[in-house]
Amino acid sequence: MTSKTATFSFGDRLARWLHLAFCAAVFVFLIAPMLVVIPLSFNAEPYFTFSEGMLALDADAYSLRWYRSVVEDEEWRLALTNSLFIGLAAAAIATILGVLAALGLASPAMPGRALVTGLLISPMITPIIISAAGMFFFYSNLGLSQTHLSLILAHAALGTPFVVITVTATLAGFDRNLTRAAASLGAGPFAAFRRIQLPLIAPGVIAGALFAFAASFDEVVTVLFLGGLEQRTIPRQMWAGIREQISPEILAVATFLVAFVLVLLGVVEYLRKRGGQSPVGQ
Amino acid sequence: MALSLAAARVRAAALTLPLVAFIGVTFLAPLGLMLARSVHEPLVADSLPDTLAMLNNWDGVALPSEDVFEVLGRELLSLHQQRSLGGVATRVNRLEAGMRSAIVRTARQLRDADPGSWREAMIAAAPIWNEPKAWRAIQRSGERYTLRHFLHALDLERDTAGNVVAQPPDQRIYLSLLGRTLMVSVVITVICLILGYPVAYLIANSPPSRSNLLLLLVLVPFWTSLLVRTTSWIVLLQNQGVINDLLVAVGLTTEEGRIPMIYNMTGTLVAMTQILLPFMVLPLYAVMRTIAPSQMRAAAALGASFPQAFIRVYWPQTLPGIAAGSLLVFILSIGYYITPALVGGRTGQLISNLIAYHMQQSLNWGLAAALGAILLVCVVLLFLLFNRLVGVERMRFT
Repeated sequence: MTSKTATFSFGDRLARWLHLAFCAAVFVFLIAPMLVVIPLSFNAEPYFTFSEGMLALDADAYSLRWYRSVVEDEEWRLALTNSLFIGLAAAAIATILGVLAALGLASPAMPGRALVTGLLISPMITPIIISAAGMFFFYSNLGLSQTHLSLILAHAALGTPFVVITVTATLAGFDRNLTRAAASLGAGPFAAFRRIQLPLIAPGVIAGALFAFAASFDEVVTVLFLGGLEQRTIPRQMWAGIREQISPEILAVATFLVAFVLVLLGVVEYLRKRGGQSPVGQ
Repeated sequence: MALSLAAARVRAAALTLPLVAFIGVTFLAPLGLMLARSVHEPLVADSLPDTLAMLNNWDGVALPSEDVFEVLGRELLSLHQQRSLGGVATRVNRLEAGMRSAIVRTARQLRDADPGSWREAMIAAAPIWNEPKAWRAIQRSGERYTLRHFLHALDLERDTAGNVVAQPPDQRIYLSLLGRTLMVSVVITVICLILGYPVAYLIANSPPSRSNLLLLLVLVPFWTSLLVRTTSWIVLLQNQGVINDLLVAVGLTTEEGRIPMIYNMTGTLVAMTQILLPFMVLPLYAVMRTIAPSQMRAAAALGASFPQAFIRVYWPQTLPGIAAGSLLVFILSIGYYITPALVGGRTGQLISNLIAYHMQQSLNWGLAAALGAILLVCVVLLFLLFNRLVGVERMRFT
């Protein structure tokens, strides 16, 4: 009996070390590709691999030239402006419509909830190539292809499921007696929402908005189908860079995007601590 | 009370209405219109109405009469003058190779002369008009509603008698590509499960401070741009890339023996596995962290070895997480486009890439729509299964 409950038998320890080693390898597989990009973005040579000077930690082998050329490049600057503009506009539309819909879906009285939920999250599960092809015909027929408006609407549609799911999940933990209490104290439905419910679900709303923005900020296929030269976004520029003239500028942009994700996750983590429940990682 | 319930129902529905309308207009309508193209192709029917009306009475075997030649000749001429002949010629050509050039040449040569015999003039311009197959191609491409794109997408076609038969072996590409896509998705799903299960277990059974850190190692790649991660794999795997350089440096391979690891199926598999792995780990972790560690201790105290306790107590409780993660990874895999397009080369392409090819290069939109419809049916069925087994509301990590 005692031998079976002893936790530190040799076999157990070996199994535990094997498990840890396996997990370490998987984490390396997950993270290392992105870590390799960061030092290479400081390469002084126009190559995608470590030069001998870099391996010897020779300061001359490192340079900021690719960052400089990205910052000085008109196209990259236009791409950043476009990505931010389209992303913010799409996230704003997705958040407003998504929060309203989530409030309806979270109500116990909602008729046909399963069907409506299915329809509302369909943009998330439809393969992107099919969505983009459909939007291409749709906006071409309307004469709106190669406009910012078409991309904002497309990205808003693709981003709403993130808002709906995140906010619905936050609302599941919301105590409806609070709005009833507000109503009994004389608050109208809108005042009760704005003063009581919204502050309590705010972390979920902000997280949903961030996810909708991130989805737009990383989207390339609809941009390929709907956008022209004037609508080039950062992912579109990267796509062109990978396909056409591959230059280490892409690695500089990639490093910037990794930093962006770290900031984004930091914000979400802060919200999680404040809001007491995690919209991510659950 | 009944009244207030009705009011609550109306209010809930009204709150969802703006988004339902928005998704209906900006997403479902475009999707529906696109998929309708798989069965609805009115261009030839609208362009050659008189010819097609006359061909209604044709027996399909003998050559049509001089009147039919004349009607077609005149319609081709007027299309040529309106500069809209190209689309018609392309569509007829999809049913019978050579018809594109025949139609264009015929229209060009008929342009200046009003021939005595339309029949002779047209056969002189393109001898294929002397064969019934040319007329059958006109007739069939004039069907306003058609299933031929779906047949084509399933490697089938109609023979001259109208029976559904398999395409010639050298033209059967779509079923094998669909099969390859499903196969790749299965392989990626299984690898993700094998890699992801132990990792999720470790995160779920670590003390909170460490598990948060480990979770971050999953979330950072999860939220990092797809293009960044695909670029990283190119940097690592290409012929002059980091891994090959390393292998040469340590002498595992020679300068000439650099291993092709990208722009082929290997590239697609490696990059997609890394990109989709978080979709496996996160649902598994969500389930595992609800399993109290005391259960395993209780099993051990009752005399079970670790493997016994794991198989009898732990594993069965993680099945919902396995179902969620596997279905999610599988659904995402079969519709994957970007990564195969960038690192798949010629051999690592999936069904989405072929849809993109027909959308952008061959411009065979009917076929693209039919392939898209088949892919969408697969995805929707899998998603309904996911919804039944797991439930959309549990997808909180997105």
